[in-house]
Amino acid sequence: MSARDTVRAYIIENFLFGDAEPLADDTMSLLDGGIIDSVGVMELVAFLEQEFGVKVADEELVPENLDSVANLVGFIGRKQAA
Amino acid sequence: MCGICGVAALDGTLSLPDGIPERMIGVMRHRGPDEFGAWRDDAVFLGHARLSIIDLETGQQPLCNEDGSVWITFNGEVFNYIELAAELEAKGHVLRTRSDTEVIVHAYEEWGDACVERFVGQFAFAIRDRRRNRLLLARDRFGIRPLYVAEHRGLLLFGSEIKALRAYPGFAPAVDPAGLAEVTHFWVTVPPRTAFVGVAQIPPGHVAVLEADPRGPAPEAPLPSRLRLRRYWHPTFLPAAEDRRRVDAQEKARIGAELRERLVDAAVIRLRADVPVGAYLSGGLDSSTTAALIHHYTSHRLKTFSVGFTDPAFDETAWQHRMAAHIGTEHVTVTVDGQDIAARFRDVVWLSETPILRTAPAPLHALSGLARSEHFKVVLTGEGADEVFAGYNIFREAKVRAFWARRPGERRRAGLLTRLYPYLKQSPPEFLRQFYGQGLEDTADPFYSHRPRWANTRGVAALLQDPGDAAAAAAEARLVAGLPDGFAGWGTVARAQYVEMTTFLAGYLLSSQGDRMLMGHSVEGRFPFLDHRLADFAGTIPASIKLESLTEKAILKHGVADLLPPDILQRPKQPYRAPDAASFATPAGRELVAAFLGDDPDSLWHSGRIGALVRKWEAGRLASVRDNMAFTAALSGRILERDFGSGFDDRLAGLVLAPGELAWRSGPGN
Repeated sequence: MSARDTVRAYIIENFLFGDAEPLADDTMSLLDGGIIDSVGVMELVAFLEQEFGVKVADEELVPENLDSVANLVGFIGRKQAA
Repeated sequence: MCGICGVAALDGTLSLPDGIPERMIGVMRHRGPDEFGAWRDDAVFLGHARLSIIDLETGQQPLCNEDGSVWITFNGEVFNYIELAAELEAKGHVLRTRSDTEVIVHAYEEWGDACVERFVGQFAFAIRDRRRNRLLLARDRFGIRPLYVAEHRGLLLFGSEIKALRAYPGFAPAVDPAGLAEVTHFWVTVPPRTAFVGVAQIPPGHVAVLEADPRGPAPEAPLPSRLRLRRYWHPTFLPAAEDRRRVDAQEKARIGAELRERLVDAAVIRLRADVPVGAYLSGGLDSSTTAALIHHYTSHRLKTFSVGFTDPAFDETAWQHRMAAHIGTEHVTVTVDGQDIAARFRDVVWLSETPILRTAPAPLHALSGLARSEHFKVVLTGEGADEVFAGYNIFREAKVRAFWARRPGERRRAGLLTRLYPYLKQSPPEFLRQFYGQGLEDTADPFYSHRPRWANTRGVAALLQDPGDAAAAAAEARLVAGLPDGFAGWGTVARAQYVEMTTFLAGYLLSSQGDRMLMGHSVEGRFPFLDHRLADFAGTIPASIKLESLTEKAILKHGVADLLPPDILQRPKQPYRAPDAASFATPAGRELVAAFLGDDPDSLWHSGRIGALVRKWEAGRLASVRDNMAFTAALSGRILERDFGSGFDDRLAGLVLAPGELAWRSGPGN
């Protein structure tokens, strides 16, 4: 599975209880779309660290890295390349 | 306190098959196990389950006036009945009993439907006026006492609980998808809606009249179209400019003294009873104040009751003991854990008659059981202080967001939110700003204060077959339409207080966490802070000294400072909570999950998504508030569907009144 598919599958299973519909496209904001709340962000970070073996620093906890599927995939790619 | 019910024939001729009173009264016998009474004429049946508190000898119901032309079935208390009785006797009325019930009958004769405006109390009642051939239904100002109605085959059914209506043969309302849409948005259904199709509640602060020839516009569904409603009270506040004004020390002292005087009166009048009155003690400011007032202003030997938790994250036992020792009460505690919460959860849903998003009602069910086992039928609590005097974080949150909205670029302003919610310090600040910044600058939105909460709650709707976005939006429009004149001119905090009082307080705190858990063990709650004379006064106090900077209930603390130990007075407010999803990781909880959260194609709750939620729960990964709400909502929602659907008759069977349990009343004209 690609990073994108893994991330999508996790969000759908974990935050949407299996319902893919609210996750309209890869660029939609997870927070504005009501898909995750601020605690959900921490769950998401724990998932990234476990699944992709990346370490997320406090200053990286910003919407540009985490608030959509596309941002997450880009962030994972940059972290793994580093 | 009691349970009431009845049936009225819309065409004026009631045929009431045998056994119906026994079913309707019996199914809510927990509300009043002391005596069961019934009365009927050609058009109307009235039923009553009595919890004897005032005038133990002659207060039986239903009860009538001198000539039997006016009959009443009544649940609750009119605390100023002694003063009203004197006033009515001076006008020539002859009272036979010493009960508040009879005072209502004569007050109705004297003042008509407007009699409710003279009552200080908590009440729901039905009056059958045979001369004018009408039925009056009335509910108290804050909705402390419940009252439901439904139209069924040419009949008007009514009762203190939905189950009384459901017990009428052939009336089997399904759970309402629109009701679920509202619960997963506001936490509550917006009156007049309930969680059941075709069952309505009389909204708090309203009277409803059934007459042969109704005049004026018909009410909105699901209220029966023949009823005519009138609102007689709502909370009021100062215009924004007055609400914001600075109050000097001298004026503050004067307001604090008047607040104290009114609060003492509200507490003392609530000790009127012919049985012992106890008090709940949570360890917080409000219930400590109530208990201290009783101690200081009466010779009442006070007994106090508390709930403790084995999990220290929820437990306030040390504070409870501190306060009990301070005023020297005889104090008893019941300690609950997850197993206990899970074991009583099905009964909690049966009593609540709605899906619930927290398990917090369950420990209160244990607490009323404790009071009852100590032979107490009446307790005073601190409920309502947070709404009336601005104690909740949602008010502080609204104030911070409105302050932030004036300069949205000032990023540190959002940081004030972590002063309200210390746990947010763990959340990334950027996300915090994004979450609480939703709709930030739309400060004219009547629901500005409640948007973050409602947005988070809406996530729970993902578990429904149909999230019901249209129904939730329609309910919001209904709330807007019901806003009183002047609302738009109130300040941020006042508007938040109004919305909180008319949604969460009435629909959840006074019901699922209030009346239902208390009455589940036949215990009556009384709430000094919800005395409308006190609430009306509080509405004239500037918000600037209720929520002073970010100090909640500042003027209340000022008014009661000498009654409480300084540490109780100053301690930060600890919201009352109980372990939610974690409570079900216990033997009793696992049984419930297995019995109710499996596949069910007939359910309004989506089996596949519930399955995903349960897998997450089993993995111990239900971390967020929303996940915990979703789990509790789905479990209670499924229990509600079964116990008020296919399982109802089984529960009813054990509750129907036995032959000889029901007493039929008759009067001079009947």
